[in-house]
Amino acid sequence: MGRFEVRIGGFGGQGVVTMAVVMGETLSLYDNKYCVQTQSYGPEARGGASKSEVVISDEEIDYPKVQEPDVFIAMSRAAYLEYIDGLKDDGILIIDQDLVDIEGDLPETVTVYKVPATRIADKDVGTKLATNVVMLGAFAAITGQISVEGLRAQIEERWPRFVKTNLLALDLGMKAGKEAKASQE
Amino acid sequence: MPEKVMFTMGDIACAEGALAAGCKYFGGYPITPATEIAEWMSQKMPQYGGAYVQYEDEIASITSVIGASWTGTKSMTATSGPGVSLMLEAIGLAVMTETPLVLVNIMRGGPSTGQPTRGQQGDIMQAKWGSHGDYQIIALTPASVQEMFDQTVQAFNLSEKYRTPVFVLADETVGHMREKLVIPDEKDLKLVSRKQPTVDPSEYLPFKADEDDLVPPMALLGSKYQFYATGLTHDERGYPSDKEHIQIKLVTRLQDKILKNADDIIDLEKFMLDDADIAVIAYGTPSRSAKKAIKDARAEGIKAGLLRLKTVWPFPEDIVADLGTEVKHIIVPEQNLGQVYHMVRSAAAPTPIHLMAKPAGMPQLPHEILAKIREIDSI
Repeated sequence: MGRFEVRIGGFGGQGVVTMAVVMGETLSLYDNKYCVQTQSYGPEARGGASKSEVVISDEEIDYPKVQEPDVFIAMSRAAYLEYIDGLKDDGILIIDQDLVDIEGDLPETVTVYKVPATRIADKDVGTKLATNVVMLGAFAAITGQISVEGLRAQIEERWPRFVKTNLLALDLGMKAGKEAKASQE
Repeated sequence: MPEKVMFTMGDIACAEGALAAGCKYFGGYPITPATEIAEWMSQKMPQYGGAYVQYEDEIASITSVIGASWTGTKSMTATSGPGVSLMLEAIGLAVMTETPLVLVNIMRGGPSTGQPTRGQQGDIMQAKWGSHGDYQIIALTPASVQEMFDQTVQAFNLSEKYRTPVFVLADETVGHMREKLVIPDEKDLKLVSRKQPTVDPSEYLPFKADEDDLVPPMALLGSKYQFYATGLTHDERGYPSDKEHIQIKLVTRLQDKILKNADDIIDLEKFMLDDADIAVIAYGTPSRSAKKAIKDARAEGIKAGLLRLKTVWPFPEDIVADLGTEVKHIIVPEQNLGQVYHMVRSAAAPTPIHLMAKPAGMPQLPHEILAKIREIDSI
């Protein structure tokens, strides 16, 4: 596989950076891919704009930041408006449809997947804190770019006290991702 | 400890490198984007039998590091440009007293407080010329998480070997990006410690250098050797002197112990340079953009190559001068308004040197460097 780029945009507190870090840990340590994760955020702890990026490859990665993402995960309207133009023409757009509306004209070749990650985390997992893990599950199901067993192992390693909650969030996210995919086909 | 693999950020790789190198003292004051180094060291130092002390400011931090080093403890601090500005006076003291220490600068946007969360490479000349007087310094410029580890180990080794402060100069992107880090088994790490005197204490001259490397053996505070260390110009006994020949001898030796050992100190990577007509000279994050641009240029049949500097001070003048005779053009992309550029220009003249200056957080993008390569190729 050549270079594959993922950009995640949202606001501080949604776990946008953590999501990319878990993605990077899984890809790098379990899936044996080359992977670079970067981020940018403002000085606020909560509520400011937050962006994280992951570059995945089978070869050593030269330029470490995302140039033209294959996948854009939009978790806030501000992030959608700021970064939508950067998405590859045949890229994948994943949105939390309760937070983001499709505004403006997208190229017809962009595939849009709607995943109510915040709602699933709040209602079905029982905590909005799990929103990012729901979205991670959806990403895995939609793109197939990351191993699910790796994600499970990494969740157990990273959050030993919250394994059950996060594994539930991952499963529900994958289910939502599969449903979003089925509704596309 | 056996080999360990992590997916972690450059700052933490730097801290792990320090621990692996045997650092047992960290004196510092947190500052974005170097805070994670202090944070990691504050957690790990006690577990490694060392000490972490957070001071009231950067001046106290670096002077404590000088003191700790004189006890024989491998010591470091980590900061960003504004912190280095405060440390400059003490860097001169460390140079003059020949104190081994490692000073990490995760470079952010400047001048002044600038842009704390955005990277830059604006402190290259500060590292070389920041403190007053004539002196040489060692400064390493890693470009990846693994190099943050490897070159921090190297920084400790060089500081011990040459009794000098050594900078690790990384831009914010390298400090904050996460990549895979392999921490080698400790038996596979080559570590250097300062040489200590073996003569009878009555014969010990604390600033009498050995002839081969121009470095004096270093006695430790509290050992049987007595000595006096001062920022004033001193003779081999360490006593202050206002004599001209003492000043010339000392300042010349302090310079020569770095410059005459430059081949041992300098580390760099040559990429596709063998038959190149156009060379890019870069370091840190822009060097990664350059690598991509060179691969793309080669795919178009343009003979381009990269000289990636892993050491900026001492500057690899001879290597750049040779390169200037081998290529037709040199491009220097830097995240500043041109600093290493001036060194390249003086070494490689009259070969045309093209500066790509960008004093901001995003490095030159690969396609921007490629466009420059194409433009020059079409001349």
